[in-house]
Amino acid sequence: MGALRLEAVRPRVLAPVNLSLAAGELVFICGPSGSGKSLLLRAVADLDPHAGEVWLGSEARSTMAPARWRRRVGLLPAEAFWWADAVGEHFPATTGRVQDVGERVAPGSADGGLDGLLAALGFAPDVLDWSVARLSTGERQRLALARLLAQRPEALLLDEATANLDPSNRERVELVTAAYRAGQAAAVLWVSHDPEQRERLGGRQFGIRDGRLGQTETVSAGPARLDDRR
Amino acid sequence: MSLVLLTPFDLALAAVLVLLLAAMSWYLHLGVERRLLIAAARSTVQLMLVGLVLKALFAQTNPWLIGLMALFMLAVAGIEVLQRQKRRFRGPWGYGIGAVSMFISSFSVLFLTLTLIIRVEPWYQPQYLIPLLGMLLGNTMSGAAIALDTLTRGAWDARGRIEARLLAGGTWDQAIASLRRDSLRAGLIPIVNAMATAGLVSLPGMMTGQILAGSPPMEAAKYQLLMMFVISAGTGLGSVAAVWLGSRRLFDERERLRLDRLRDQGRDRGN
Repeated sequence: MGALRLEAVRPRVLAPVNLSLAAGELVFICGPSGSGKSLLLRAVADLDPHAGEVWLGSEARSTMAPARWRRRVGLLPAEAFWWADAVGEHFPATTGRVQDVGERVAPGSADGGLDGLLAALGFAPDVLDWSVARLSTGERQRLALARLLAQRPEALLLDEATANLDPSNRERVELVTAAYRAGQAAAVLWVSHDPEQRERLGGRQFGIRDGRLGQTETVSAGPARLDDRR
Repeated sequence: MSLVLLTPFDLALAAVLVLLLAAMSWYLHLGVERRLLIAAARSTVQLMLVGLVLKALFAQTNPWLIGLMALFMLAVAGIEVLQRQKRRFRGPWGYGIGAVSMFISSFSVLFLTLTLIIRVEPWYQPQYLIPLLGMLLGNTMSGAAIALDTLTRGAWDARGRIEARLLAGGTWDQAIASLRRDSLRAGLIPIVNAMATAGLVSLPGMMTGQILAGSPPMEAAKYQLLMMFVISAGTGLGSVAAVWLGSRRLFDERERLRLDRLRDQGRDRGN
């Protein structure tokens, strides 16, 4: 569970991409804007027509209903959209599963559950009653991650997950993501512009040059606290 | 009461009014005299032709000829629906969705009306069929056109929100549901408004025609009511069909939102 394998995935502007992520592995992708990083993530989430196959563990995407695939391979777009008025309406109704996630992401937090997840991202539980319209860009971004994790995806596709965040919130997002990755053994494919972030979190690094995805380097040492949880 | 037959001279007198209006437009530099005269000439030719065609149809009651006429009316209505779209579907779908949904709704409602309600013998008697179909198509056309236009433009504008629902593990059905409701509502509003104000400001066209032709007003009112009811049913059915087909076409077999199936080429562009 949680391993992700891209087999000749071919978004519009890229040469076919072959890439394997082990369960719980973190892989970074960087590249100039417009090079097709977001298109690659959209292709993996099956939002755009393209050639190629993606495997989650031993299950092929083409054998799975699209809605189920997108629930299990969660994409966090660079810009999160909200379709209802209140924040809470965007969270899945099955709270039982959500609480489980909260426990894993923020173990030992007083209330646990979804509240724990929200607290780990710097929100009080009543954020669910807030109107989406009064959220700042950074709040939207963090809540979009909460919304995605509450869905309990088995692999994560993150598109600039920390682009609009101040350092302390960026650290929150990195911690929550790392805990989720460790707790669920979820493969994480992360598009990031921030070299320091890539340095800090480690993992294999890929770059896009001239329409091709190639490995640039491996930062071996991730922070120790992440590996403890594995 | 009897029908007062109009002579060509009577019509010519009415046409003089249009000429006067054109003269006024020219004198005041309104710039519409050319279009006004062309439109008047077009309606003269079209209505005379229709009169001739109907005269021939009524004389024969040939089901094939009547069917041909009905299909011609449907074809023209299909073009009109297409032209009212700001973002049309590419390929045959652009025309097909509107035409198919109007075909389903207008023809089924028409058939039920003729066989179960009015009960004319044979049911395809053109004196009833052609005018009823014309009114049904005319109204269904507006409903389907507005509903489809709301749907495609809404999908174009709400791309991010629709895809967010897909990413949240929703099916295409759930992702488009609220937009589909809005589109249907938009398509139904004109006929609902027409029913709500019928008779208060102006008499509906059909009732006016029957009264002028010498029918007792109550009979004319009953026919008008019948028409309003079947028209609203036809419009509703047509809008539902158009929105359903259209929203299905917006997604592919992997439930991706396919805005590339729309093109940006509206009536208001290129002017």
